[in-house]
Amino acid sequence: MTELFEVWVYLAEQPLLWLTLTLVCYAAAHALFKAANGFALLNPVLIAVILLVGILALTNTTYEQYFAGAQFVHFLLGPATVALAVPLYSHAQQLRRLWLPLSIALIAGSTTAIVAALVLGTGLGLEREIILSLLPKSATTPVAMGVAERVGGIPSLTAVFVILTGITGAIVGVPLLRLLGERKASTKGFAVGVAAHGIATASAFQHSERAGAYAGLGMGLNAALTALLVPALLWLFTLF
Amino acid sequence: MIGFLALLLTLQLIGEIVVRALGLPLPGPVIGMLLLFIGLGLRGSTPTPLNQLATGLLQHLSLLFVPAGVGVMSYLAIIEANWAALGITIIASTMLAIVVTALTLRLLTRRKAEQHD
Repeated sequence: MTELFEVWVYLAEQPLLWLTLTLVCYAAAHALFKAANGFALLNPVLIAVILLVGILALTNTTYEQYFAGAQFVHFLLGPATVALAVPLYSHAQQLRRLWLPLSIALIAGSTTAIVAALVLGTGLGLEREIILSLLPKSATTPVAMGVAERVGGIPSLTAVFVILTGITGAIVGVPLLRLLGERKASTKGFAVGVAAHGIATASAFQHSERAGAYAGLGMGLNAALTALLVPALLWLFTLF
Repeated sequence: MIGFLALLLTLQLIGEIVVRALGLPLPGPVIGMLLLFIGLGLRGSTPTPLNQLATGLLQHLSLLFVPAGVGVMSYLAIIEANWAALGITIIASTMLAIVVTALTLRLLTRRKAEQHD
């Protein structure tokens, strides 16, 4: 028994264990999602996170220990974001025609995300620091954290809200738009990308390449707009 | 393939340098994405190996968010104390943003034809 414990102690300190478990949990979550015919509530990110948080809690592992292994997966987010230009470019012709409607929809959606969070958070009695951390949650993590810091929120709490927003968008996005009778993959993709960044973009790719390309575009554009709008809208609200 | 992986990382690196040098409120990879888009536009087509690499990376984009997602565990106390207000705020504001974006786009592109999925 002590030998087994020593093996555990050794493995728990190595990146291999947590890297492997991240891939195994995701593979299991993805298989479950496929087996359930893409049932939205079984979002692979959500299920994999629940599995891993459970395992870490049971084994008394800290997030820092876990991340030492999982960072190798996390690192690939950078090059994957750059690679979003490839599907986007395959729709360049259509983009040239749609730039004005896309820009207006972006401004409308981004403003809605920020104002709705501000109004709801205030109305429901959340603390000011938590509300400020919520405002940039539709933007991708590094932007959202930077914005939160500038307006007086807690950046690491914002990172959590960004993830929860992404999972929400991935789960409700496409079913909600189907309910509204939306049939264009480009509109569906762009809307979930603006409102719920990369996690929703990932789920859009599971519907179609076109939806994924437009979601990536929405995510990239809203990263820029959120950085401008959150401080501007906050300033506007202090005038009342 | 390896050359194009190096290209993606180089563009990300340039993105990080540009962001820091100019003090832009954007993540480096988003600038890298913009640079690659411009590059593909100048070239006029996507090289097949780059297409394969991008498809491979993006096919399981969801996986790449898992390590950050597990970070939720560090804030379980704040979430538990405010779960109802946080849940309503996050879910409702995200749904509203999706609906407003989609309806605005639909209203402005109504007459334009596009293939459906």
